[in-house]
Amino acid sequence: MSRTTLDLWVGFFVVIGMAALLFLSLKVGNLASANFSESYVLKAQFDNIGGLKVRAPVKSAGVVVGRVTDIGFDTGSYRAEVTFVVDTRFQFPRDTIATILTSGLLGEQYLGLEPGGDVEMLKSGEAVQITQSAVVLEKLIGQFLFNKAAETPAN
Amino acid sequence: MNGLAGLVRRLGGAVTDGVWRLGFAARFFSLLLLYSGQSLLRVHLTIREVYFSGVLSLLIIIVSGLFVGMVLGLQGYETLQRFGSGDALGVLVALSLTRELGPVVAALLFASRAGSAVTAEIGLMKATEQLKAMDMMAVNPIARVVAPRFWGGVISMPLLAALFSAMGVFGGWLIGVVLIGVDEGAFWSQMQAAVDFRFDVVNGVIKSVVFGAAVSLIAVFEGYDCTPTAEGVSRAITRTVVSSALAILALDFVLTSFMFRGQS
Repeated sequence: MSRTTLDLWVGFFVVIGMAALLFLSLKVGNLASANFSESYVLKAQFDNIGGLKVRAPVKSAGVVVGRVTDIGFDTGSYRAEVTFVVDTRFQFPRDTIATILTSGLLGEQYLGLEPGGDVEMLKSGEAVQITQSAVVLEKLIGQFLFNKAAETPAN
Repeated sequence: MNGLAGLVRRLGGAVTDGVWRLGFAARFFSLLLLYSGQSLLRVHLTIREVYFSGVLSLLIIIVSGLFVGMVLGLQGYETLQRFGSGDALGVLVALSLTRELGPVVAALLFASRAGSAVTAEIGLMKATEQLKAMDMMAVNPIARVVAPRFWGGVISMPLLAALFSAMGVFGGWLIGVVLIGVDEGAFWSQMQAAVDFRFDVVNGVIKSVVFGAAVSLIAVFEGYDCTPTAEGVSRAITRTVVSSALAILALDFVLTSFMFRGQS
């Protein structure tokens, strides 16, 4: 069996098909940046997570440092339990504050980490103690209306 | 009364015939898988079919991908800029291509470009009794003729779909960034932030493999099962294109509801 031009064309076809796949996964997708090489797991409990979703980014000072991996409900405390992974390059002190924030006015929600001043760092599997829930727009509007009504004297 | 009885008889005949064909198709598919081992050992047969169904479909896939991407760029920008988010054009183009349009449109084109050719070839082989002659010479026609064409299609399809999506993204970039002037950095960075490798790219590839198997199976079966006359072959080709298109769209719905349900 000898090589033919047909083999050349098939080889060419496979190469550009693979190149297209590579383009899709590296340039279009986020394969290069999505996988944190080594990460550790942290937990945080919130009164209300709003619209936070699994795979949402975890950011500190605007930089993506991890991803939300799981969202559950703790029946003991009736609070939402968010599990997330953080790249091992980034260590956070034990009194870090976890907040659920929104990017832009109507953008997606993400988990913000605000480092405190403790000398001891959070270890894998530990929980972030101080948390701040998502801002629920309806509650905010309700509060605003209530305050307005309280300001103006009824007459 | 006679007319009604005839109607019922025809309906019953059509149903029995459909079930019969379905059963035959299932047996045909299992035989095809059984003899695939033999034919994959003789790899040059499959390579030849990759050439005929894959390489020869390159031009139509590349050109259509480019134009679909360009249309997405134009239409998407038109709508997005109303909400002041023209920068999200890259996200729109890349997500719609990798998730849906790439696999589906490439499979539809593949069915009409390569599937119909496979049906015509096998049908004509049957009409000119080449398949019977092979059987007489103790050459299994399923292992020699059918299986390589099937695997050629299954191998070509994901590569063609990936190429379609990549060309589409390129077309969207051409219109969005080069022609309209969307910021290049925002175009790519928002796209990379939104398109996930596992959820979007891999699911698109899985879809295209499934479509490739479905289209190839329909094409080889219709060819193998056709009435061995000129008219029968032409009918078989029509059936290949029609039922491939229906199978692709139905499978797409099923796969999408499994893959993307509950995801953001």
